Amino acid sequence: MTVTELVSYEDALASYDPVMGLEVHVELGTRTKMFCGCSTALGAEPNTQTCPVCLGLPGSLPVVNATAVESAVRIGLALNCEIAQWCRFARKNYFYPDMPKNFQISQYDEPIAFDGYLDVQLEDGEVFRVGIERAHMEEDTGKSTHIGGATGRIHGAVHSLLDYNRAGIPLIEIVTKPITGAGERAPEVAKAYVAELRELIRALGVSEARMEMGQMRCDVNLSLRPHGTETFGTRSETKNVNSLRSVERATRFEIQRHAAVLGSGGTIVQETRHFHEDDGSTTSGRVKEEAEDYRYFPEPDLVPVAPAREWVEELRAGLPELPRLRRNRLREEWGISEHEMQSVLNAGAIDLITATIDAGAPADQARKWWMGELARRANEQGTELSALPITPAQVARVCELVADGSLNDKLARQVIEGVLAGEGEPDEVVEKRGLKVVSDTGALSAAVDEAIAANESIAEKIRGGKVAAAGALVGAVMKATRGQADAARVRELILEKLGVQG
Amino acid sequence: MTHSSDLTRLTAAETAARIASGQASAVEVAEAHLARIEAVDEKVHAFLHVDREGALARARTVDAKRSRGERLGPLAGVPLALKDIFTTEGVPTTVGSKILEGWIPPYDATLTKRLKAADVVILGKTNMDEFAMGSSTENSAYGPTGNPWDLTRIPGGSGGGSSAALASYQAPLAIGTDTGGSIRQPAAVTGTVGVKPTYGAVSRYGMVAFSSSLDQGGPCARTVLDAALLHEAIAGHDPLDSTSIDAPVPPVVEAARNGNVKGLRVGVVKEFAGEGYQAGVMQRFNESVELLRELGAEIVEISCPSFDKALAAYYLIAPSECSSNLARFDAMRYGLRVGDDGTRSAEEVTSLTREAGFGPEVKRRIMLGTYALSSGYYDAYYGSAQKVRTLIKRDFDAAFERVDVLVSPTTPTTAFPIGERADDPMAMYLADLCTIPSNLAGNAAMSLPCGLAPEDGLPVGLQIIAPAMADDRLYRVGAAVEAAYHARWGHPLLEEAPSL
Repeated sequence: MTVTELVSYEDALASYDPVMGLEVHVELGTRTKMFCGCSTALGAEPNTQTCPVCLGLPGSLPVVNATAVESAVRIGLALNCEIAQWCRFARKNYFYPDMPKNFQISQYDEPIAFDGYLDVQLEDGEVFRVGIERAHMEEDTGKSTHIGGATGRIHGAVHSLLDYNRAGIPLIEIVTKPITGAGERAPEVAKAYVAELRELIRALGVSEARMEMGQMRCDVNLSLRPHGTETFGTRSETKNVNSLRSVERATRFEIQRHAAVLGSGGTIVQETRHFHEDDGSTTSGRVKEEAEDYRYFPEPDLVPVAPAREWVEELRAGLPELPRLRRNRLREEWGISEHEMQSVLNAGAIDLITATIDAGAPADQARKWWMGELARRANEQGTELSALPITPAQVARVCELVADGSLNDKLARQVIEGVLAGEGEPDEVVEKRGLKVVSDTGALSAAVDEAIAANESIAEKIRGGKVAAAGALVGAVMKATRGQADAARVRELILEKLGVQG
Repeated sequence: MTHSSDLTRLTAAETAARIASGQASAVEVAEAHLARIEAVDEKVHAFLHVDREGALARARTVDAKRSRGERLGPLAGVPLALKDIFTTEGVPTTVGSKILEGWIPPYDATLTKRLKAADVVILGKTNMDEFAMGSSTENSAYGPTGNPWDLTRIPGGSGGGSSAALASYQAPLAIGTDTGGSIRQPAAVTGTVGVKPTYGAVSRYGMVAFSSSLDQGGPCARTVLDAALLHEAIAGHDPLDSTSIDAPVPPVVEAARNGNVKGLRVGVVKEFAGEGYQAGVMQRFNESVELLRELGAEIVEISCPSFDKALAAYYLIAPSECSSNLARFDAMRYGLRVGDDGTRSAEEVTSLTREAGFGPEVKRRIMLGTYALSSGYYDAYYGSAQKVRTLIKRDFDAAFERVDVLVSPTTPTTAFPIGERADDPMAMYLADLCTIPSNLAGNAAMSLPCGLAPEDGLPVGLQIIAPAMADDRLYRVGAAVEAAYHARWGHPLLEEAPSL
């Protein structure tokens, strides 16, 4: 592999303006496929969720999934798009073994939604408007696994395995208008856009949009133009950039690479490029010697889709609060900064915290647990916060036990640990581990007496009026009771026994 | 004549009546037809596959139902020849192509299901031009079919196996598909009845696609009433076909039982005449117009100026759609696979398989269609063809404001000799000159016998065209014409065919 020449990011931006175009594919979470009744559930044995239609057997015909159309319209509306009065599907013709019919049913010049925008908020709170060119419906292809060969691609493979379970799963492709004016913040804008889109898709409930599962896939188109010029440069298309971090890295890398090529008097080749997670670089894929000719034409097996205006308005009225607006509302309610909110968003904790608050916990406590102890745990285990085996209701119960004095912070952490370890509900963990705070005078009295006896010089200082020194004795009692003593009650007892006022 | 061959001479309606009344068992009827196939099909070659066991099993079911006193459907126990373009679960489906040789579909077409539900006895699968591309059945990868009137001549196409099966009494009913005339032209040249229903009337689910926006399955029979009975059995909305019409099937059987043209306005399309039309064909056609007048119809001359562009539009739209529809035959999942010796790439295997598996006419159309859809040519070819299609629809709309049905010869000539046009695609394409406009417009049309051409003694077909969703008009007019001709001739035309 040849080493790609790069210039520094700062130098690249000193001479050029980046222009981006982002194409995002989202697998819809419909129960059945786009054009047949097969299940879309992930993880089934290969080729068990297929039928004559999604296998493209001779004679089979597609029928449009009405739920998928509804999802597409809702996505379009949430992206502030126009919804087509009447639109058709089109066939995109090309040969590839994982495409059963050797054409993909897609939409060409009549997308269901077009001409919208999505406002994305950067980390410092600045709002950047990304124009949406179109959102259209199509079907996913099957999945190829190429065995043998160095690259994992079909060329050089000894044989290939095909799984058609994915073939025909509904996809929505969302294409931005050229994104200009982002300047040095282009990589950040790209990342924020994909993140915002993901939040939006989830808020709409049309897909889980889990990038690591391939439910959301991003292609990054990028070109540079010298400052002060209008014409777009030649673009590269980096395919399958499948995490938020990768979107940012790929954009940054391509800016640096383009600048290096252009700066040394070279020309950018219009091509697709592959992104490498390991070092954040891209390498040349297929050179588009001539524009690929997909021979699009209207799909004759399907009747046009004509969403009734009243229905569209009904869907519009039923849209949920947009994620960005919701975040801003919650941020104010919780009284936290933009930056803190960004961390909550990045951690995937908004819904968890909200649910914990709804279950009765104070906002600061709910956020403290999810963003502290639990985030640390998730991070250690390399899982999503939402994948931890603890529910918002359980976290809320722990908060409640702390608030009523049954638990202190240290004990609460142990309860959380017990719940995560599958020991049951918080109350069961408290019971089984015997984690209740001890505030009973009888039980504490002896420990206090021992502490006073063992630390006579400190006791003397307290008797002499240095009340602040009581902390040391409290610490000793806490230690002796393995943290289960009610610290406030211990302090009261110490002062009482030493005959001073608190 | 033996008892067995008697049963093969009955109409479908008569056969069903005999079975229902117990005069004949369904098994006897099936066996008579299987024997007839055995006796004559070596010469005719109407069938690609005879499903003897399946047919007898179905017949036994019908007999069992009857003996239990269950009510039988109007076609229960009636044998049928199914064009090899409809999928049949567990029974080979080749579409007349080597590329699907040996493929056993895992599912039934909706039409197949409906035939089974109606207790029709499917005898087997009939020969056809490969992927329904042709007008002579010579493009079948499995050899041509002979016309029972003269085995050296073509039985029409693409549904030549179905029309020949009817004309040689191997089955009283058959199924065809009509993309540019593949039901009507074979009916015309074999002296049988064929109907292309309104586009969307009969489900296309499980019918291997040639040109999706033109393909339409339909009934073939020896009488208008039989065609109507079959039409009723196979038509109706199918949720598996988005283009299927969600409306009641027009009352075709009722119409076929009540033939009448009194006061009917019949349009004669003046563009369907002139150069290329055989004199004897025009003579019989003109007599038919005269007959309609005698029967009380009002004859109106109609001009459809766009029809002369129909053939050109068709040969852009049909190949374009077929180039895409046939892309799935890539050797990856089913059918023929050539060159998979472990040294070749998937792409090479696909290429070698398509090279070996498709015949020349199919390749010609795939290439034409691929070209017509290419960027830079799309507007000039596919786009223009769609505009012509709209103009043709308008011509029909205007015509049907003035008349109730249109009539024309079904095809410009009688059956031509096998081999005569095989190397001349353009000459072959002209056989569909009069039938193609109805496919482009999506309306309904029928061909029925109107005599023998004096110069060659071969059958001539009369085409009746009705507006979309008015398929019953075809049967009302067809039944009247058929009754009048039978009265004039003293017998059905097919009785004049030489015995095999």
